[in-house]
Amino acid sequence: MFTGENIVQIVAVFLNWAYAQLGISFLAGVINPIISAVVMFGFIAVFVMFLVWMERKVSAHMQSRIGPNRVGPLGLLQTVADAIKLTIKEDVKPVKRDKIPYFIAPIVAFVATFMGMVVIPFDKGMVVQDLNVGILYIIAITGFTVIAILTAGWSSNNKFALLGGFRSAAQIISYEVPLVLSVVPIIMITGTLSLTGIVEYQHQAGYWFILPQFFAFLIFITSATAEANRAPFDIPEAESELIGGFHTEYSGVKFAMFFLGEYIAVVVSSAVAVTLFFGGWLPLPFLGSLPIPGFIWFLAKLLLVIYLIMAFRWTFPRLRVDQLMDFGWKVLLPISILNILLTAAVWLLLYGKGAQ
Amino acid sequence: MTDLLLSQVKVSGESQFGTDEYVVNLGPQHPATHGVLRLIVKLDGETVKETVPILGYLHRSIEKICENRTYPQCITYTDRIDYVSAMSVNLAFAIATEKLMNIQSPARAEWLRMIFVELQRLASHLLWMGAFAGDIGALTPFLYGLRERERILDLFEMTCGQRLTYNYIRIGGVMIDILPEFVPKCLAFLDYFEPKIDEYEDLLTYNPIFLERTKGVGVIESEFGINAGVCGPSLRGSGIACDVRKQQPYLYYDQVKFEECIETAGDCWSRYKVRMREMRESVSIIRQSLERLEPGPIEAKMPPVLKAPVNSEIYSRIESSRGEMGVYLVGDGTAKPWKAKFRCASFSNLYVLDQLTKGWKVADIMAVLGSLDMIVPEVDR
Repeated sequence: MFTGENIVQIVAVFLNWAYAQLGISFLAGVINPIISAVVMFGFIAVFVMFLVWMERKVSAHMQSRIGPNRVGPLGLLQTVADAIKLTIKEDVKPVKRDKIPYFIAPIVAFVATFMGMVVIPFDKGMVVQDLNVGILYIIAITGFTVIAILTAGWSSNNKFALLGGFRSAAQIISYEVPLVLSVVPIIMITGTLSLTGIVEYQHQAGYWFILPQFFAFLIFITSATAEANRAPFDIPEAESELIGGFHTEYSGVKFAMFFLGEYIAVVVSSAVAVTLFFGGWLPLPFLGSLPIPGFIWFLAKLLLVIYLIMAFRWTFPRLRVDQLMDFGWKVLLPISILNILLTAAVWLLLYGKGAQ
Repeated sequence: MTDLLLSQVKVSGESQFGTDEYVVNLGPQHPATHGVLRLIVKLDGETVKETVPILGYLHRSIEKICENRTYPQCITYTDRIDYVSAMSVNLAFAIATEKLMNIQSPARAEWLRMIFVELQRLASHLLWMGAFAGDIGALTPFLYGLRERERILDLFEMTCGQRLTYNYIRIGGVMIDILPEFVPKCLAFLDYFEPKIDEYEDLLTYNPIFLERTKGVGVIESEFGINAGVCGPSLRGSGIACDVRKQQPYLYYDQVKFEECIETAGDCWSRYKVRMREMRESVSIIRQSLERLEPGPIEAKMPPVLKAPVNSEIYSRIESSRGEMGVYLVGDGTAKPWKAKFRCASFSNLYVLDQLTKGWKVADIMAVLGSLDMIVPEVDR
């Protein structure tokens, strides 16, 4: 079967051959990561453009509209047209901005979320870098966005932007806690922080963690939605209150970077959810014999989870800032702690001390 | 005004990093203020300390213009007072003028007026529902509301050729009779529309986040509401029966069966509920009116130039989509009103905004503003 692992191996063989021909084998350690990063960037750019189109089609469907249908077949090139429009647009900057932070904020927001993609395993062996602390790394690196948003809010010298930045800081920090705690039971069961390792465990165990850890999934998807600043948790950019929130004063490419960052955050969160709870690249239990490569399964599951997050956005109203905090600290946090205790208790009962 | 407010902001504390109020200027261009309403909001963090509405950005002195126009010409201007519910304002002015000049419009015209005003109420409430949900952050109901509103506007267009400012209800009757296919089309619309109300309610009414955002928020105590001059669905949400259609029936509202929708809690959710129930009542009123519609003249016999008696004055009120719509006219024997004054529901309802939002969060300003169903041209005129 033509799997993701085969593809990676073929590419690796080809690259090694190319290095040998050029006589630069000693540079392989430098060039290989660059190639991986470029490939990943290209993939993400195209995928996010597709997602923007998908979001518009999903919302159009939910609102009984048609959605984009002018540029390209089914409006598929609409996002490309939007991207071109954003890049050639004049970059309007507030005069009294704080110049350096204002410039850096969108870059940090974009890069921080993008770097989360590095450890996502698309298929067995099809991963840029299989870190042994993968899950920890993702949570840490995506947490950087809060700095970017706070910086953007402060440096814009705009009251709405500042309010948006403050809201975002409070929100992301609050929801980081249940997000981490919801992952803990799975780490306890599998005994590894590596995302590949977690999928391998599900492969051997024969079930996906969505079954024993359904509540963890709910907590995770809720917190991840909040982390990505998406409705119903989109208070940092609440349009009806704060106009654009932290990105009120950003235009052109800088705005596009925030925009892309938001979508990449959705992709990363959904990818982690798929890996942790839906068995990553593993096929559906009774369809395992079909000649479908693992990364296709992964992408299919990924799109389903993303669709779920999109459906939230177009169904629910927005929470108020204090209700949001209450929900995070008074509902999600206790449930996730209970979930950890319960999982540990059941695990001890089933397998006794020292079980793994 | 802004400078005045800003000068009142005092820096407290002696240190270099003193704290002061965070003054935010919402509007006149802001996605949530339903037009060019401007609010100066003093904040303590996220908590609102004071909300000051600043009016006049859409002032077109319609009342003054009316003094220089003949009575039939004024009807055109009344359309612009409340463009979301133009039929109601047409009707308010037409009824006031008829009372002033002792004109009785024929029965068919009266039933047609009822049909169109109630259809207009549906259209207005639909737009309100969408905007209110949008203020709270749910963007989908807006499209649902507009989808059905289009069908109503089609009915209007079929009859009078206009979709927003109709100039349809005239002094002494209506502009033109309905087409023969209007009645079946209207009935078909009502059959289509009634299940749609359930759909909106499924989407919003008991949505937990929607309840969180609206239950207990922006409570108008009934006594405070009366004293502040709140009217219409906003006051009925506080448990006060104030529907002019019931209290002082005009047209043939005393001959149709409908319920006055009253909720008691006085919060945003009650006001929402009142309007959703009113939509069902309007559908029932339109059905009954369509049944009672009989052939006949649509305009009263009137002199070619309409002149009010000398020293005559009239205050007449109707229930517009937003609440009590009063028209005060003074005639001086000429063809033009000596004085025309419109008492608009949005203006008096806006008064309570500051009390309702004090101590609440920024987001609640939008919820309260949305639930009051305020429209800026009615405030500024």
